[in-house]
Amino acid sequence: MKEEQEYIRDLTEIRSMMERSTRFLSLTGWSGIMAGIYALAGAYLAYRIIYLNEHEVTYNSLEAQQLSGSILQLVLLAIVVLVLAIGTAILLSYRKSRIKNYKLWNPATRRLLINLAIPLVTGGLFIIVLFSKGLLGLIAPSTLIFYGLALLNASKFTFEDVKYLGITQIVLGLAASYFIGYGLYFWAAGFGLMHIIYGIYMHLRYEK
Amino acid sequence: MKTIINNLNKAFESRVRLGIMSALAVNDALDFNALKDLLEVTDGNLASHLKALEKEDFVGVKKTFIGRKPNTRYYITSLGKREFEEHITALENLIKSQK
Repeated sequence: MKEEQEYIRDLTEIRSMMERSTRFLSLTGWSGIMAGIYALAGAYLAYRIIYLNEHEVTYNSLEAQQLSGSILQLVLLAIVVLVLAIGTAILLSYRKSRIKNYKLWNPATRRLLINLAIPLVTGGLFIIVLFSKGLLGLIAPSTLIFYGLALLNASKFTFEDVKYLGITQIVLGLAASYFIGYGLYFWAAGFGLMHIIYGIYMHLRYEK
Repeated sequence: MKTIINNLNKAFESRVRLGIMSALAVNDALDFNALKDLLEVTDGNLASHLKALEKEDFVGVKKTFIGRKPNTRYYITSLGKREFEEHITALENLIKSQK
């Protein structure tokens, strides 16, 4: 007869295999912390750009000439922040997968990315529409809401805690869409502060 | 005690088979290479265990083509799922009874 220890090990292995084959577990808390730092730096720069140009950002359409210089700077800034955050996340995940001896690219990774991408691409297209209609005040809230929905959707395929980060972003996004002049503050809170808090929590919980 | 042990399925005694069933239980279907990466076993080893589970009708095979390359995907049958769940319950009960 097998020992109790062996039955326990069997169950542990079953559980671990089920998790490993469905969830992307190479995500690190540090990715969140770094993304938050980039976002806060980006928000600060964006604040300076907006403040120096004293733009009126409202629900109303903006005049064509207002949509030039500083808007272009803001778009570039947003892209830089996004690329840095995603690049860091990929790099750190790659390192973690090497250390843990997981394959970085597997069916679980693919499912995570698909489920993350659908709400994100939808949001991206929606934001381009907002932009083209001059509804600039709604852009910051929209990024938060769609990012939150993407996280919620993807949480089934990675650490479940991602769900709570997603819900937080949705709530912040909705609040931001009501308090329209404060979009940047909500954005800094969501993408900056929440990422850092969540990253530290994940780091302490799973990587200690 | 005796009856609980009888509920343990002999077909799942090997580590590799337990791993195959665990992975297939929570995925719609997985191809040979995905299973190999997950289980970290050799081609021959995995193939022989898959064959055995296939023979028991616990695992089904879907052969398709990706372009010109044949792609074999494995999935858990409803019989396999039922037997596997019973096996897990039996393991849990054994641990409880020994406490």
